[in-house]
Formats: sequence, C-alpha cells, structure tokens
Amino acid sequence: MPGRPHLFLIAALIFAAGLHAVSPRLDPYVLDIAMGVGISVVLASSLNLINGFTGQFSLGHAGFMSVGAYASAFLTTTLGKQLLPVFGGQVWLLFPFCLAFGGLMAAFAGLVVGAPSLRLKGDYLAIVTLGFGEIIKVLLQNLEVVGGARGLNGIPFYNNLFWTFGAAAITVYVVWALMNSTYGRGFLAVADDEIAAEAMGLNTTRYKIIAFIVGSFFAGVAGGLFAHIKSSINPSGFDFNKSIEIVVMVILGGMGRHVGVIIAAILLTVMTEVLRGFGDYRMIVYSVLLILLMLTRPQGLFSWSRRKAVAS
Amino acid sequence: MFPVISQVPLAQFVGRNNWCILESRFASAFAHSPCRAHPTGNAGHTGRTNMTELLQQLINGLSLGAIYALIALGYTMVYGVLRFINFAHSDVFMVGAFVGYYAVSKWGIPGGTFLGGMLVLFVAMGLCAALGITIEKLAYKPLRGRSTLTVLITAIGVSLLLQNGGQMVFGVNPKAFPPIFPTETFHWGQLVVNSNQLIVLAVTVVLLVALHVIVNRTRIGTAMRALSYNAVAASLMGINNDRIISFTFGLGSALAGAGGILYAMNYPSIEPLMGTLPGLKAFVAAVLGGIGNLPGAALGGLVLGLVETGISGTRLSTYRDAIAFAILIAILLFRPAGLLGKSRIEKV
Repeated sequence: MPGRPHLFLIAALIFAAGLHAVSPRLDPYVLDIAMGVGISVVLASSLNLINGFTGQFSLGHAGFMSVGAYASAFLTTTLGKQLLPVFGGQVWLLFPFCLAFGGLMAAFAGLVVGAPSLRLKGDYLAIVTLGFGEIIKVLLQNLEVVGGARGLNGIPFYNNLFWTFGAAAITVYVVWALMNSTYGRGFLAVADDEIAAEAMGLNTTRYKIIAFIVGSFFAGVAGGLFAHIKSSINPSGFDFNKSIEIVVMVILGGMGRHVGVIIAAILLTVMTEVLRGFGDYRMIVYSVLLILLMLTRPQGLFSWSRRKAVAS
Repeated sequence: MFPVISQVPLAQFVGRNNWCILESRFASAFAHSPCRAHPTGNAGHTGRTNMTELLQQLINGLSLGAIYALIALGYTMVYGVLRFINFAHSDVFMVGAFVGYYAVSKWGIPGGTFLGGMLVLFVAMGLCAALGITIEKLAYKPLRGRSTLTVLITAIGVSLLLQNGGQMVFGVNPKAFPPIFPTETFHWGQLVVNSNQLIVLAVTVVLLVALHVIVNRTRIGTAMRALSYNAVAASLMGINNDRIISFTFGLGSALAGAGGILYAMNYPSIEPLMGTLPGLKAFVAAVLGGIGNLPGAALGGLVLGLVETGISGTRLSTYRDAIAFAILIAILLFRPAGLLGKSRIEKV
C-alpha cells in the first residue's frame, strides 16, 4: 500500500460508491453506525495529523467540528432554497459545496486559534484548544441566528454512505500524501525535535500552523457530515468528551500511524454502540483505558514497531 | 437619609433560589438579571453612587479572584517542578467541595459555627492533599522521564476518572452546599458585603502567607525551588526529588481543596463536573501571571476575578465564561511569559 496513495484513493472512492449502492438494503441502525464509523475515520485521521505526526496536542477537535457543523447546516437550512437553483437543483452538487464551506470556516477558526498558541513551545495549544471548545460553545449558545441554546433544527438529510466514506477516503488520502511530501518531512521534524528542526532552518511555526489548519478543515467537514445525518444539532453536543473520544482514537491507534488510527476509529465507534448498554460506565472505561494505555503502551495498541519515539 | 436600597436587596434574594443568590452576590448589582438590586425600579434615584458600585464590584471581584488564585497556585507549583499541566487539579478542587458537603451533612462536623468551619476546611485540605499525593504516586510517578505528551494524556485520563467516578459516588444531580461558617450580611452605607466573601479573603490571605513562608523559609521549600530551577542539579545536591514532588502535589492539592470549600460557600450548588470551568480559568490565571511563578499565579487570579466581575456588570455578561480565554489568547500573543514571568531561553 505505501507509495500508491492515488490508487488507494480511487479504490476507496469506488468502495464508497459500492457501499452507497447497497445501502438501501441495510438496516437503518446499521446504516447509522456505518456513517458514524466514516465520520470517526475523518476526525481521527485529521487529528492524527496534528497530534500524531506533528507532535502538537489539540484538545479542541470537537470545537472545530462544531464550527463546520454549524456553518454547513446554516447554509443548507437558511440559504438552501436560494442556493439550490444555483446548483441546478442538484443536491449532490450543493452538499459538497456546503461541506467545503463548513471545512473552510473550521480551518479559519483553526488559524485564529493556532496562530497565537503554536508560536510557543509546550502545552499551550492543549489548553488554548480546550478553552476554544468552551468559547465556541458560549458563542453558539448566544447566537440567535443559529438557534442559540436550543440548537439548529430542521437540517435536511443530505448525507449518505457515499459522502461519508468518500470524505473519509479523501481525508486519509490527503493526510497520507501530505506526510509523503516535503511538508510531511517538516511535520515529522517538528515532532521529533523542534529545536533541531529550527536549527536546520525550518520555520517550525509555519509547519505547525499548516498541520493545524488542514486538521481543522477536515474536522469541519466531519461536522458537516454529522449535521446532515442528525437533522438537529446543539452546541453542547460538541463538548470536551467528544474531543477526548477523538484523542483516544488517535492514542489507541498509535500517534502518527495511518492504519492503526483508522482501525482504532472503526473499533471505538462500533464498541461505543456495543457498550451503549453500559451507558454511564463508558466514560469510566475510557478514562481507565487511557491511563493504563499511557502506563503500559504509550506508543498505542496498533503500532508494532517503534519506528519513532513521540516527541517530548 | 439612607435610601431603601440598602435594606431591600438581600432580604429579597434570600427568598429566591440559589442561582439568584449567586448571581446577585457575584455577578453584579446592576446587570440584566431578574433579581437585580433595584427592586423599586427607579434605579436612577436610589442614591447608589458610582463609587459604591465600584467598591462593591471590587469586593465581589476580589473574593472570586482569591479562589482562582488558590487553584492557580496548584497548577503553577506542579508546572514548576514537573513542567506539565495537571489536568486533574480542577477535579481535586471538586473533591474538596464534596468533602465539605459530606463533612457537614454526614460526618457530623457542626456547620454554621466558626470552629466547625475551620475544621471542615482542614479536613478538606488534608483529604485533598492525600488525594493529590496518591494520584501522583499511582499515575504520574511511573511516567517520570517519559515525554510530556504521555504525562499530559495521563492527567486527562485521571481527570476524567475523577469526574466520572465522582458522578457514580456522589451522584449526578447538583447538591445544595450546607452553610459551614456562620453567615451574616453587613451593610456599610450602601455597600452590601456577605461574611462569606470576607472569609474567602481572610482564608486566602492566610494561606498565601503560609505558602510564602513554606516556599521561602523552610528547607523543603528551598528544595522545591531548587528542583524547579534545575532538577538534575537538585538531585546531585542530595535532594530527594520524588519526595519533593509528592510534597508539591500535596501542597497544591490542599490549596485546591480549600478553594473548593470557599467556592462552594459562594456558589452553593455542587456537582461532579463543577471543577472544569473554574479549573480552566485558574489555569488561565496561572498563565496570565506567568506559569511557574507563585506571586504571578496569585496576581493572575485576582486580575481575572476582577475582570470577570467587571464584565458581568456590562451587557456582555453572557459572554463571561468566554472572556477568560480571550485573555489567554491575548496574553499568549503579546506576553507569553505572563505578567511576572521571565521568558526562558531554551538551552540544548
């Protein structure tokens, strides 16, 4: 598989189209889980770019997801009627446009949040992104245009398996291709040793910001996908726990691992459904899992060789 | 001579629910709240001068800021010795509040008396110190020397465990915090001051002085400072680093426990997730003052408390929770070392 990202993309898109073709025969419950899996892959892969490959630590992925969700859902609910004729009345043309819009808004938010905090070394990004999650919640709750604390309702069900897995394929492809490019070397260098990278003449801040913006963009796209399944979104749905869920996927899969993170995203999403009966214990299981994992296997469950140590 | 306003407001608030008390006490006397301090409706003629308003806000802000300062000190001390953000700190704060709740309602420590209140405070500080040391020994000590990211993630795990464990042990529903000190309301002219606010300030001042003495005048404090200056050199000088780190966690957690009690006295509704927001804001306070700097953390806490109370008095009051993070981003942009911090040059 390595070295042939283009082939992978085409194969994955065909797979997504195939899934879409069989989706009418699927049980609605299974369909829902399948879409959740696709969205998780988008979220985890994009966070892996920031937390894994570039060695930064973002705790606000759900915040960027909410920006994308609200931006795209705002387009389809309020401006949908005016926009649809522009696209010839074709939903399949309008929807990717809305997704991209959501992604761009999230990327912009990523720039605003990332630019001040990524200039600094250390854990500032973690706390700023954590704070950002809170700010965006407060802002959305106060914005009456998007429904305030009641949330945004009546979002059309535009999403389907093709879009979900298509977006997942594109995310994985972009992250993969990016990591095989000159930029990817830069990201790895920043993660390995920031001072050394700087001494080699890399503009470390720039690399960190680029990784952060790309990651935020896909978080926004995932938000758009999510919003167009749920028909109603609420600011409190994108809370800290959601961010932690995504972080756990990345850690479980092994930070800076392509395949491991995808496996972890799929596994955890399905497991969440299986554990739904436990309800309240889920977060306890999560937290214990997180601590034990860090104590015993900080490189992640699905990484077999220790190719590179995670940067300090 | 004295306008009605000075007698009316608290009598009114007491009859209402907790939220009103909290809002009137901390938020503002003149914001857009249903229980504002002008029940007569003729706000312009109540005789409350701008000066009194300012003084009132100052007192409200200081007592809120004092609590932030207590929590911020724990963050900054741990950062000083271990260079990582102890995410679980805000949940130790929460546990402190619950210890106070159980001490009065279940363990039979008499609430509402001065001695009982002091006893509750000490019990909470002691138990929180024990909790902090236990967390350090179980979760962080095995990770000594590993990457910061690993420790950070573990800290988040511990924080989640305390929150969700707290939801199981303490229950999800908010509990009404019993009065632990005798409460009284003073009217000085038009100024309305609650005894709890004064206790918060007094306790904070005592704790800050005690901390100052411990850090600057005792052997163990000297060891703490040495460790935070250079851990390797400190251990070469015969300092037992593990012991000092445990002590630091205990000290910081005790302060957080005291903060939890003081916070719950003023916001008398406690629940297992209550620590998150004050914890985050206290961290902002620590960064504002310069992380790793003890006087800075205290100063940052006070500044943040004052700013927040000031904001609550304006039309932006619904954005109160967001303002702390706006400050954080601004400080990272313009003065990343904080108000009192010195920027360090990283040597290779």
